[in-house]
Amino acid sequence: MSDLEAFRAEIRAWIEANCPPEMRAPVQDEDDACWGGRNFVFKNEAQKTWLERCVAMGYTVPDWPKAYGGAGMTAPQAKIWREEMARAGARLPLSSFGIWMLGPALLKFGTEEQKVHYLGQIARGEIRWCQGYSEPGSGSDLVSLQTFGEDMGDHWVVNGQKIWTSYANKADWIFCLVRTDKANKYQGISFLLFDMTTPGVTTRPIKLISGNSPFCETFFDNVVVPKHQIVGELNRGWDVAKYLLGHEREMISGAGGSDRLNAIGAVINRNGGIDNAVLRAELAQFDIDALAFAAMGEKFLDEAKVGKAHPAQPNMMKYAGTELNKRRHELLMAAGGSTALEWDSPATRGGAPSRNWLRTKANSIEGGTSEVMLNVVAKRILDLPGA
Amino acid sequence: MPLYHTEDQAMLAETVTGFIADNGAIRGQLRTLRDAGDAAGYDPALWKQFAEMGLTGILVAEADGGLGLGHVEAGIVLREIGRNLTPSPFLSTAVAGASALAAASDDLKGRYLPGILAGETVLALAIDEAPKHRPEKIALRAERAGNGFRLTGAKSFVVHGASADALIVAARTSGSDSDQDGITLFAVPRDAAGIGHNAVRLVDSAMASHVRFDGVEVDGGTVIGEVDGGRAVLDRVLAAGRVGAAAELTGVGGGAFAITTAYLKTRKQFGRLIGEFQALQHRAAHLYGELEIADAVVIKAQQLLDGGSAQADMMVSVAKAKASRTTNLAVREGVQMHGGVGMTDEYDIGLYMKRDRALAEFLGDATYHADRVATLSGY
Repeated sequence: MSDLEAFRAEIRAWIEANCPPEMRAPVQDEDDACWGGRNFVFKNEAQKTWLERCVAMGYTVPDWPKAYGGAGMTAPQAKIWREEMARAGARLPLSSFGIWMLGPALLKFGTEEQKVHYLGQIARGEIRWCQGYSEPGSGSDLVSLQTFGEDMGDHWVVNGQKIWTSYANKADWIFCLVRTDKANKYQGISFLLFDMTTPGVTTRPIKLISGNSPFCETFFDNVVVPKHQIVGELNRGWDVAKYLLGHEREMISGAGGSDRLNAIGAVINRNGGIDNAVLRAELAQFDIDALAFAAMGEKFLDEAKVGKAHPAQPNMMKYAGTELNKRRHELLMAAGGSTALEWDSPATRGGAPSRNWLRTKANSIEGGTSEVMLNVVAKRILDLPGA
Repeated sequence: MPLYHTEDQAMLAETVTGFIADNGAIRGQLRTLRDAGDAAGYDPALWKQFAEMGLTGILVAEADGGLGLGHVEAGIVLREIGRNLTPSPFLSTAVAGASALAAASDDLKGRYLPGILAGETVLALAIDEAPKHRPEKIALRAERAGNGFRLTGAKSFVVHGASADALIVAARTSGSDSDQDGITLFAVPRDAAGIGHNAVRLVDSAMASHVRFDGVEVDGGTVIGEVDGGRAVLDRVLAAGRVGAAAELTGVGGGAFAITTAYLKTRKQFGRLIGEFQALQHRAAHLYGELEIADAVVIKAQQLLDGGSAQADMMVSVAKAKASRTTNLAVREGVQMHGGVGMTDEYDIGLYMKRDRALAEFLGDATYHADRVATLSGY
């Protein structure tokens, strides 16, 4: 048996022995996942147990170094981990913007002290993070952001407003883009970390078309941020932000790990059937695109680990993955018929099909719109003129 | 296994890319053969060169004198054939044919493999009996006659049929037309008594035959695999041919995309390069993504097939369907973005459109494979 086969057997046995049965059912929606943090209330004992067991092994972040709370897995080992998790139908023990977005940026740009401190907290699910990027006047044109941090010697005083801050009202800390030089557009932004309980931080949930409020407006009124809470160099936060956006786009695209883009024809057929040939054909076409995109996700992760992937490839993946997910929910609604229209019935768990469908409409807007993704692909990959 | 080429495969790709670009290019091969009205539809000298490079033996076992490689390697060759629109019997002979012969007796292998390895023998696939691919139904009958069989019926879309040394024929030896069992595969010499070829030139300038079998008598030694048990072999041949066609399609799509983006960077209208217009940039960027995704699922299917995975069958259909849709988009966008010159014979983009149309149809189009994916998924 090769080392990797032995590793696979070990992982399989560990998941088998440690993943509670309740944690092997698909996550229903974002509220059903384990997000961790100071104020997180576990849905049940199984969710808590699964997190604790994974934390003890470093499995919440399997490919991070052990010193920062990971399991130190190599790329092939991490792939085996994902495959065995999928095979067992096991949920991610921890869903976290810290893992998906801030973590990779800290690994690249953080000081050793920051890595040990923040990455450890993230790996253990102790601190829940939110992202302060967009502002009311700075959406697709993010670099025009105005939130300003005034230099006060050993700290900044931050004033301004962010919008579309996912779960800001539930987050413990924020990673935030703040202008620290008004004269320089790109090289005048810094990447700051601060506690959401700092005086002067307030949040206001935004009610969306889904009826839910996963996003907030976040206001900063003379918020004091100590100087050591900067990631990367002063005024070079845009580099960190761009690097992190790559990971965000990869995450939103659903590459690797996420099961939300799986083939759906068979599932719909089991849950009530497909009542005409045209719907069946559309489902088959969707399933082909979803299975092909899953292969793309796998290929991208494999290539990224060995530096073969084009650095702008996540933009294409984000575009393709989010458009696919929107199509998926259109089909789920069509197949669900009038039942799927129910907004607050027990049969739909409070209107889950329609609320999830509406939620997906943000997929191709958040983290860079589809149109911006296509602009980036045209410029950075295709090298088209004037793009 | 990571979804990219190993070092050995990358080396093969580099060699093959240069070789086919030099020797299989559109002007030297496709246009020359087409304009001369060539009866075979491919260049025997180039086929011999393929053999000298070892390429015709990629899917032939080492024990049989081949390289004993897999569908990933065969796909590397097919992708470059596609990119250059090279007319070649590689898919029918070295991929589908070699996959059929893998199940054949040593005697039958001895009849054809040495010639394939030397680049002197060509095989053709005789499976379809109607304008649409539907191998679930095989009506051509093979009845026992003496020590052998007598074949009666008709096949169509037999690419290279009139110039091949032998046809791999799917025939019915028992049961009714739509039965799963009762199929037998034969390697029938092209000039066997009672065979009639009606060769036609296709839209992509390939030559394909309508073949009539009027009581064609063959000896028992021409049977590939088991009598009545040919479905399993046929399925392997189909999987090999389909994943091969998918690989070739990605080459066609990639080639069409390359000349189209090059055109966007040179053609000027309204005082600027047309590639500066966002309407075209977005369509090109979308197409880029689709082509990348098709590449990914094709190598996934190739690896699963080489690994003998139970998922391979499904993923081969996903790959064929995805590659067909994607390449079709690439050639349609290609002609449109070329504008008026895209309609001229002088420009190559139209040749890509024609090749795509033929390959899309070969061994099942996108709708056939979508239907198959649904069926295999249980709906």
